[in-house]
Amino acid sequence: MDRIPIAKIGSCLFATIQVDMHDRLALALREDLGSELLRTQAKGVLLDITSLDTLDTFIARLLAGIGAMAQLLGARTVLVGMRPAVAMTLVELGLTLEGVQTALNVERGMALLEATR
Amino acid sequence: MNIPLELVSVQTDDDLSRVRKAVSTCASSLSFDVMSRTRLVTAASELARNMLKYGGGGVVQIEKLRESSRVGLRATFEDQGPGMADTEKALTDGFSSGRGLGLGLGGARRLVDEFLLDSQPGRGTKVSIATWVRNR
Ligand SMILES: Nc1ncnc2c1ncn2[C@@H]1O[C@H](COP(=O)(O)OP(=O)(O)O)[C@@H](O)[C@H]1O
Ligand SMILES: [Mg+2]
Repeated sequence: MDRIPIAKIGSCLFATIQVDMHDRLALALREDLGSELLRTQAKGVLLDITSLDTLDTFIARLLAGIGAMAQLLGARTVLVGMRPAVAMTLVELGLTLEGVQTALNVERGMALLEATR
Repeated sequence: MNIPLELVSVQTDDDLSRVRKAVSTCASSLSFDVMSRTRLVTAASELARNMLKYGGGGVVQIEKLRESSRVGLRATFEDQGPGMADTEKALTDGFSSGRGLGLGLGGARRLVDEFLLDSQPGRGTKVSIATWVRNR
C-alpha cells in the first residue's frame, strides 16, 4: 500500500501531502505519525499541503484529528501551504480546523514550531 | 443541450479519487476558474462519499451544459440505497445519521449554483449539482 513518507528534521516530523489524498492514504498517515511521534519524541508536526487541490469534510476532519492526537503526544501541528481556493471552500463548507495551526509556507511553519518550543 | 462527458461508478474509497479527478478534469476542460473548480470538486467529493457510505455505492454522471449564452457542468449522483425520509433534515448543518460532521449535503448545496435532491425511503437517492462558467 502507498504511504506518505515522514521525515524528521530537527525535533519536527515533516510530511508532504500529494495532489489527491485518498482516504486510505490519509488514515495511514495518521497511524504512521502516531507511531513516529512516540518513537522520535518529536515536538512538532509540519504537514505540507501545497499541492493538495481539494479538502473535503472527511479529510479535513482527519487532519484535525491528527492535530488532536499530536497534541496528546506533546507535539504541535502546523499545516502549511493551503491554497486560497481550498481555504475559501473550507469556510463555505462551515468547517473549522481546530487543533491545527496554519502557516503560509514551510519556512514560516518551521519558524512557528520553533518559536514556541 | 447536454453533452455526456464521463460516467464513474462508485463502489470503494478509491473511486472517490476517481470522481474528484473526473470532475476536476471536466471543469478544467470547460475553463472554469480555480475557485469554481475547487467548489465543484469538493461538493462532488462529499456527494460521492455519501453515496458510498449511505447509499451502498452508485453512479456519477458528468455532463457539459450548453445554452445559447452560457456553458456549465452538471454532476448527478444516483444510488439505489435506502433513501431519506426527511431531506430537509438531512440538509441541515450538523445532522448526521452516521458519525459524520453533517456538513456534506448542506455544504455541497452552498458550493454550487444549482442543487437538486430527490430521495424517498426505499427508492434511492439522486442529487444533481450544476455550476455555470463565469464570464470574465
Ligand atoms: N445517498 C444517501 N442515501 C441515504 N442517506 C443519505 C445519503 N446522503 C446523505 N444521507 C443522509 O443525510 C445525512 C447528512 O449527510 P451529510 O450532510 O453529508 O453528513 P454526514 O455525511 O457527515 O453524515 C447523512 O447522515 C445521511 O443520513
Ligand atoms: Mg457526508
